[in-house]
Amino acid sequence: MIQYAWLITVMPLAAFCIILGLTYRQKMASALVAIFCMGVSLALSLGVLLAVVHGGEAELSLTWFTLGDWRFEVGVLVDPMAAVMFVVVCFITFFDMIYSIGYMHGDPGFSRFFAFLSLFAFSMLGLVAANNFLQIFIFWELVGLCSYLLIGFWYDQPGVALPPPSAGMRAFITTRIGDVGLLIGILMLAAALPTLNFREVFAAVGAGQVPAGLATTAAILLFMGAVGKSAQFPLHTWLPDAMEGPTPVSALIHAATMVAAGVYLVARLMPIFNAGSASLEVVAYIGGFTALLAASIGIVFPDFKRVIAYSTISQLGYMFMALGITGAATAGMFHLTTHAFFKALLFLAIGSVIHAAESQHMRDLGGLRKYMPVTAFTFLMGALALSGIPPFAGFWSKDEIIYSAVEHGQTGLAVLGLVVAFMTAFYIFRVYFGTFGGEIPEHRRHHHYHEAPPTMTVPLIVLAIMAIVVGWVGTPWANYFAAFLAPEEHLAAGPDSTALTLMAISTVIVVVAILSAWLVYGRKRVPDVDAEPLARGIPWLHKFLINKWYIEPFYYGVIVRYGAVGLAYVAAWFDRHVIDGIVNGIAAIVGGVGQGLRHVQSGYLQFYAMVIFAAVVIVAVYIALFVTV
Amino acid sequence: MVPWLSLMLWLPLLGALIIFCLSRERQQPAKVVALVFSLIELAISLGLYFGYDRAAAGFQFAEKYSWVAALNINYHVGVDGLSLPMVILTTFIFFCAILASWGENRRAKEYFFLVMILETAVLGVFTSLDLFLFFLFWELELIPMYFLIGIWGSDRREYAAMKFIIYTMTGSAFMLAGFLAMYFLAPTPTFDMIELAQAGFTPAVQGLLFILIFLGFSVKLPMVPFHTWLPDAHVEAPAPISMVLAGVLLKMGGYGLIRINAGLLPEGLKLYVPYLAVLAVISVIYGAYVALGQKDLKTMIAMSSVSHMGFVLLAIAAMTPMALNGAVLEMFAHGTVSGLLFFCIGLIYERAHTRQIAELTGGLAVQVPRIAVAFIVASLASLGLPGMSQFVAEFLVFLGSFPALQVPTIIATTGIVFTAGYYLWTVRRIFYGPLNPRWAHLEDMNKAYEFIPLVVLVALTVLVGLYPNIIINWSDTSLVALGL
Repeated sequence: MIQYAWLITVMPLAAFCIILGLTYRQKMASALVAIFCMGVSLALSLGVLLAVVHGGEAELSLTWFTLGDWRFEVGVLVDPMAAVMFVVVCFITFFDMIYSIGYMHGDPGFSRFFAFLSLFAFSMLGLVAANNFLQIFIFWELVGLCSYLLIGFWYDQPGVALPPPSAGMRAFITTRIGDVGLLIGILMLAAALPTLNFREVFAAVGAGQVPAGLATTAAILLFMGAVGKSAQFPLHTWLPDAMEGPTPVSALIHAATMVAAGVYLVARLMPIFNAGSASLEVVAYIGGFTALLAASIGIVFPDFKRVIAYSTISQLGYMFMALGITGAATAGMFHLTTHAFFKALLFLAIGSVIHAAESQHMRDLGGLRKYMPVTAFTFLMGALALSGIPPFAGFWSKDEIIYSAVEHGQTGLAVLGLVVAFMTAFYIFRVYFGTFGGEIPEHRRHHHYHEAPPTMTVPLIVLAIMAIVVGWVGTPWANYFAAFLAPEEHLAAGPDSTALTLMAISTVIVVVAILSAWLVYGRKRVPDVDAEPLARGIPWLHKFLINKWYIEPFYYGVIVRYGAVGLAYVAAWFDRHVIDGIVNGIAAIVGGVGQGLRHVQSGYLQFYAMVIFAAVVIVAVYIALFVTV
Repeated sequence: MVPWLSLMLWLPLLGALIIFCLSRERQQPAKVVALVFSLIELAISLGLYFGYDRAAAGFQFAEKYSWVAALNINYHVGVDGLSLPMVILTTFIFFCAILASWGENRRAKEYFFLVMILETAVLGVFTSLDLFLFFLFWELELIPMYFLIGIWGSDRREYAAMKFIIYTMTGSAFMLAGFLAMYFLAPTPTFDMIELAQAGFTPAVQGLLFILIFLGFSVKLPMVPFHTWLPDAHVEAPAPISMVLAGVLLKMGGYGLIRINAGLLPEGLKLYVPYLAVLAVISVIYGAYVALGQKDLKTMIAMSSVSHMGFVLLAIAAMTPMALNGAVLEMFAHGTVSGLLFFCIGLIYERAHTRQIAELTGGLAVQVPRIAVAFIVASLASLGLPGMSQFVAEFLVFLGSFPALQVPTIIATTGIVFTAGYYLWTVRRIFYGPLNPRWAHLEDMNKAYEFIPLVVLVALTVLVGLYPNIIINWSDTSLVALGL
C-alpha cells in the first residue's frame, strides 16, 4: 500500500488537469471529477495510515535534477505524522467538496472553483508528502497561490469588509514575508550541510554537525515561515481578511489544512528546533501570545465568520505553544487533528447560515435554530468541541497542551492556556446564541430562511460525528495518538492526579464561560455592537479590541502606506529625476549630446566618432601606464 | 560538413536582403519571409542545441577562418553550454516577436528588414569567439534597434532611441578600450577568447581590464545606476521590440559578464566581489522599489528587469558554479517571462491605447479573461512561483550565492516580497474589481498569431520550471570549465 502513497498527491492534480482540459463547460462533471479523485486519495490515505499503524514506513524518492554534487529530489516521506496529515487533508477536502456542490450552486465559476480546490489539494498533499526542504518550499508556495486564487475567487465583487482580490493579495504578500525567513533558514542549513533531505539533515543535526547557535537561528527563521502561513503574530492580519473567500475555502484552507501547514512544518522539523532549543521558547511564546490576542478580538467582533477566523488564529497559537513547550510533535499535532475537524465543521455550519441569511453580521442574525435545525445542532457540536467540554474532541487535545505546560514547569503558559480556554468558550457561544438563539431580528422578518440541501447537511453531520469522537484516540487513559506518532516517548498509562485536577479545572472554567455567554447573549438577543455589555461597561477596552489592537491600522496605514507604497513613489521620482538627471547631465557636459539630441541623424555619427576617439585615448593611456610599469 | 553555425548566423541577413527586394506596396510578403526565416533559425538552433555533445565541455560547431591576418583578427565562432541557451532563447523570442508584429502595417517592409538584421547581430554576439567580431556584432545590434525605436515608437521615440544609443555606446567605448588593451597586453596580440583565457594577465592588469569591460556590459544588463535608458526605451518601443529588448538584448550584458569578465578575467573579478555584490543588491531592491512606484505598465516591467538582472549580477559576484548555473537559467527564464509580459502589454495597448495602470483600472478580467489569464500567469512566473522557470533559477542563485556572500544574499531574498507586491498590486488594479465601463468594448484575444507566442512562451516557462535539466545540463559543464 505504502508504495502507492504518491498517488494520494497526484490524484487531485489529475482532477485539476481534467477539469481545465475537458469538463470546464460541464459544471457537474467538474465537481464529480474532483470529488472522485479526492475519494480515491482518501481511500488510499486510509490504506496508508493502516499500513503505517502496522509498522510500515517508507521514503520514496525520484531525482528531479542534479547539479554538481547536489541532488534535488521529489519524494514522499511516509511516516506516522505524514500518514495522519494525509487522512486529515483528504477527509476534510472530500467532504468540503461535497458541501461545495450545494454552496457554490449556480455560481458562474463553479468549474474553476473545483479546479482550484483540486489544485489546492494537490499542493497541500505535496507539502505533507515532502521529504526535503526544496519540495516543502515549492508546495508551500503553491498552497499560497491556491489560497490567493481562492480568496479572490469572486474577483469582481465588493466583498464584506474589503474586495476579495485585495484580501487575496494581502494574504499572499504577508505570508511571503514569512517565506523569506523560511528560505533563508533553508539556505543556512543547506550551506552548513550540503543536503536538503530531511532525514539526512536530521541525522547530521543529531550527530552534532550543526552548531547550536546556527541551529537556533535557522530554526527561528524556519519558524518565520510558519508564522506567516499559520497567521501568528505579527503576521496574523491576513487570515481574517481571507474570510472574503467562499466559505468552503475558509473551512478547508483557512482553518483545517493550509494554515495548519506551519504547525506541520515545525512538527516535521522538530529535530532542528531541539538542536537549537532557545528557538522552542520563541515558538511557545509567540504561540501563547497569539492565542490570547486573537481570542480577545474574537470576543467582541461583530462579523461572526471573522470571529471563527480569529478562533483559528488563536487555536493555531495553542498548537505552537504545545510544540514549543514540549519540544515534541505529538501534542501539537493532536490538536491540529482535532481542530481540523471541528473548525471545518464550524465554518461549514456558519457557511450554511451565510448561504441562507446572506449575511454574517451579528445585527442580521439570530433565531435560526427553528429554521435550520441540522445546521444549529451540528454547529453546537462544533462549539462544544472547540470549547473543550468532555468528551468532545477539543477537550482531549487542549487538555494535553495545558497539562504539558504544567508538567514542563511553564505555569505562566498553563494559566494563559486556561484564560484563553475561557475566552474561547465564551466567544463561540456568543456566536452560537447570536446566530441560532433568540428571535429573528426585526428588519429580517420577511427574509425567507431555509435549511441547507443534503449536499451541505450530510458533510455537516459527518464532521459533527468526527468532532465528537476524533479525540478519543488521544485520551490520557489510552493515548493511541501519542503512541503512534512517537512510540519512544510513550506516556504513562492513565492520568496522574495533576492531570485529573487540570481536567476538572478546565471543565469548570469552560462551563462557567458558556453560562456567561448564555447570560449575556442567550436570554435576549444583543441587536448590535453598541448594545454589547462590554461596549457599555468598559468602552475603551471594547474599542481597543474591536479595532484589533490597532495592529492593522498600523500595518496598512503606516507601514504599507509610507514604508512600501509611499517610499516606492519617492524611489520612482528619485530614479526619474535624480539618477536619470545626473547621468544625462554628465553626458551633456562631456560632449555635445544636447546637440546630438536635436540633430538625431548627424548626432549619431558624431557621437560614434567621439566614442571611437575616446576608446583610443583610453587605450593609449592604459598602454602607456602598463609599459612604464 | 555543413557550417551550421554560420548558416544560422547569416541566414537572417539573407532574409533581410530578400525583404529589401520586395515591393513596398504589400505588407504581407515581408511578414511571411521574416516568419519563415525565423522558423528556420529556430530549427537550426534547436538542431545545434540537441546536437551539442554535453559530455565534452568546450566550444563546438566552431569555425575559424583568418580574416585580417596582419592584425591576427579571425572569423571565429562557436558555441558552448553558456551560449547555447542564449541562442535558443534568441531564436524563440524572435519567432514570437515576429508573430507579435503581425498586426504591424506601418512600413512593414522596413520593419521586418531591421528585425532580421537585429537577429543576426544578437546571434553574432552570442556565438563570436573573437573579441573584434564580438564588438562588431555588439555595435551592429544598435543600428536596427535605433531605427526600430526611433521610427515605430510612440511620442518620445527619438529621445528614447538616442538615449539608448548614447548609453550603450558610452559603455562600448570603455569596452572597446578594454578589448584593445587586452589585445596589446596579450603575449602575442590577439582577440581570440580562447587564447586570451590563457594569456596569464596578472591580477592587477585583470582588475583594470575588468573595470573597462564591466562598464560596457553593466549598462546593457542594466545595472543601477546605469539603467535609466531602459524604461525610456521600453516605453517608446513597440511591444514586439520590447519583447526582444527585455527578452534577449539585456542578456547580452549578462552573457558578456560571464563569458568575458568572469571567463577571461577571473582574478579581476575576485578583486571586486564586494562591490559587485553591493551593486547587485542595490539593483535587486532599488529596482523592485522603483517598479512598485511606477504608473506605466512598461516602466514597471522595465524596472522589474533591472531587479531580476540584479540576481544575475549577484550570482556572478558569488563565483560558484551553482550560482552561475542559476544566473544562466535566470537569464533564460527572464527572457521568456519578460517576453510574455511585454507581449501581454502589447495586447492590452493595442486595444486600450494606454498603458497607464490608473487608466486601465479595473475589472478587465471580466471583459478580456484570456488576456487576464495570460498576464496573471506571466506575473506569477515573474514573481518566482514554483513550477515555472524563474523559481528554479532564483533558488539556484540563492543556494549558490549564500555560502560565498551571506549578507548580500539574505538582503536579495527580501526582493521576493517586493516582487510579489508590485505584480499582485498591478494585477489587482487592472484585472480585478468591477468592470470599468470605459473598457466594456475591448475584444479578447481571438487570433492565431496572438495565441502562438503565448503558448510557446508559457510552454517554455513551465517546461524549464518543471525540468530545468534542459538548460543546466548544458550550462553546467561549460560553467565548471570556467574554473572559478
